[in-house]
Amino acid sequence: MTSPAPIPAAADPQSPPASLTADLRPDTAVQLPGLAEIFLAFIKISLSGFGGVLAWARRMMVEERKWMTPEQFNEVYALCSFLPGGNIINFSVIFGGRLRGPLGSVVALTGLLGPPMILILIIGAIFAHYGDVPALRRALTAVASAAAGLMLATVAKMAKPLFRNRAVVGPLIAVATFGAISIMRWPLPYVLLAIVPVSIAYAWQRRS
Amino acid sequence: MKSGGGIYLTLAAFFATTSLFAIGGANSAVPEIHRFAVDVQHWLTDQQFSETFALAQLTPGPNIIIVTLIGYHVAGVLGGLITTLAMTGPTCVFAYFVGRTSDRFKGAAWHSAVSRGLVPVTLGLLASSATVIATTSNYSWLALVITAGTAITAFFVRVHPLWAFGIAAALGAFGLV
Repeated sequence: MTSPAPIPAAADPQSPPASLTADLRPDTAVQLPGLAEIFLAFIKISLSGFGGVLAWARRMMVEERKWMTPEQFNEVYALCSFLPGGNIINFSVIFGGRLRGPLGSVVALTGLLGPPMILILIIGAIFAHYGDVPALRRALTAVASAAAGLMLATVAKMAKPLFRNRAVVGPLIAVATFGAISIMRWPLPYVLLAIVPVSIAYAWQRRS
Repeated sequence: MKSGGGIYLTLAAFFATTSLFAIGGANSAVPEIHRFAVDVQHWLTDQQFSETFALAQLTPGPNIIIVTLIGYHVAGVLGGLITTLAMTGPTCVFAYFVGRTSDRFKGAAWHSAVSRGLVPVTLGLLASSATVIATTSNYSWLALVITAGTAITAFFVRVHPLWAFGIAAALGAFGLV
């Protein structure tokens, strides 16, 4: 055996595989964006959103630019919330990557993270100088109190379907996670390595 | 601020590891970041952590940029950049490859089991995040009222975060909290 097995003819490496671009607007003649357009779109998404950027991403991708159908957006978004890391960050990587490969991902991510990073470094530098002003510190702590309230509302909304139908195991897993992290203060990796397999195994065993 | 090459390595190793366990989004990692930065490393006090969280909420953009500010606080601008890269790099590489192959497992039974299995864990993590932020921020009864009032209002009606933050900031600035 000296020669390797013949490699099947690959598609044109310059253009994204058809199966992937088919995932984005297969049905219309909408011009799919180039790298510069992707970059600018994610800068705009990033700077329009406070306390979560998802709503702006959807508005731009689905309603304004029509780069995705609502179904495609939901599919990609579901995938992103299932992956570890920031949802919108994963969204930018997958969107850019499906359209323009690795470079598309890098461009989308840079557009999304670059401006807020520069902004927060400036804010951090200013705060390092004026952070001793008592009124400012009190105002910030109060903002954090309000943010905790917003998170609690999200938790309550998420909990509603989980606690329906007299479910026992789901709520038990949620409470166990909460207790291990908030009360025992155990490290996150250990807690997840113990709880996630149990939770997935239970979901698997209950599949219909 | 601290200096020395070791600090960059500590930041990079911790945030790269934590990012892989941030299921359900950046806010799921808040309790772990608090545990490590405040309890283990003493990089920040509880109050500084709460202020950092608030500054990140007030900055437009993804919530994950709280890690940029923590890295900056610990080791300057380079610390901020390294921390951000560590927190996003590994998960982005993972997302890239899953995004390009997800067609193959769309509708697979294990895929649905994994997503359903992650829901209650994510819920427990988010509840922990809310608790961490509430306990590091609420030192007065009025602060507790702000948390409870925001939670109840946002549960029943859509609240733009900036309204909640603006009212809270005004109450805080005038010394009522």
